[in-house]
Amino acid sequence: MAVDPKLQSELQKQGVFVMPVEFLYNWSRKSSVWPVQFGLACCAIEMIAAAAARHDIARFGAEVFRASPRQADLMIVSGTVTKKMAPQVVRLYNQMPEPKYVIAMGACAISGGPFKDGYNVLKGVDRFIPVDVHIPGCPPRPEALLHALMTLQEKISKQHLNETRWYDKDAPAEYPVPQCGAHDLEPPVNPEVWDLPKK
Amino acid sequence: MIPTVEQIRELLSAKSPALLVDGGELLAVAKFLKNDPQLQFDFCSCVTAVDYIKQDCIEVVYHLYSVALKHGPLALKVRAPRALEQCRVPSLTPVWRGCEYQEREAFDLFGVKFDGHSDLRRILMWDEFVVHPMRKDYVPPMDYEWEPTPHGETLTRAKAQGGIVPASALEAKK
Repeated sequence: MAVDPKLQSELQKQGVFVMPVEFLYNWSRKSSVWPVQFGLACCAIEMIAAAAARHDIARFGAEVFRASPRQADLMIVSGTVTKKMAPQVVRLYNQMPEPKYVIAMGACAISGGPFKDGYNVLKGVDRFIPVDVHIPGCPPRPEALLHALMTLQEKISKQHLNETRWYDKDAPAEYPVPQCGAHDLEPPVNPEVWDLPKK
Repeated sequence: MIPTVEQIRELLSAKSPALLVDGGELLAVAKFLKNDPQLQFDFCSCVTAVDYIKQDCIEVVYHLYSVALKHGPLALKVRAPRALEQCRVPSLTPVWRGCEYQEREAFDLFGVKFDGHSDLRRILMWDEFVVHPMRKDYVPPMDYEWEPTPHGETLTRAKAQGGIVPASALEAKK
């Protein structure tokens, strides 16, 4: 957006604000991110603390925890995702309308955490759904969640409308929900989302 | 053989009292322990199982307390063969109603079938799961496609199961 900064500041003094539509659009989206109200383990307690008066997530416009995924645009995966729970988490994600974002909160949601050696824990929620922000910690403090939210806001404000996933015809509308198999989830990963890191 | 009150009393004075009974007698012993006015084990706090793979048996353990007489715990133990078909013990849900979920857990994780249980199905793992993961011969699924810093048990497992771990990490370990 090519506006002469001098002219822009002159106009601002007269009460005329010149900015791209994209800026206004992203600014309004990032200032009101509504999370889905669900928690999976102890990280959820920290999420509740972040929403309570002391840490007050309302300062960032994200205090409206919706009990329905259809009314939310942020999924905070707060806690251990067991293999039994993983299909439901993916289904919840599929039911959210675009634009939607995911924060993986805590060591378990990132990688399985202390339960990584177990047979019943998903080793990172990013095996099935795309994650925007990862927060390390076990559990992360409310401040860390607030920082993740600020990071997400930064990410939202940098998005370009012509490059977003939800205007892309070829982008998948929903992600395949894994089935609970005889020994493990089937498939164990969604290769479209999760890839082995390149050496 | 149902023990006498004196035998149980003597047991309770020991450091960790345990009573090993036969599967056929379990229900009668449990009823005696609960209903005898001098014992009154009215609370079953824990049902679990132990896999003795070398002795080829699975032991189911019930921890009993008496809230009324303030004594306990008494571990009531019963053994069953490891083979899935024969791994059966009588359910104690008719005696202590609270055993229901914990017996389901022992069934889910150890494969012990409780005869007389009203609703014996998996409680922690999903219904489609076929094996019993707390048994010592259980082999977990190989889902270590990538492990940034494999070490310890993870590394051993990944190696044994031919898992994909960064070659550099394997070499560094050598």
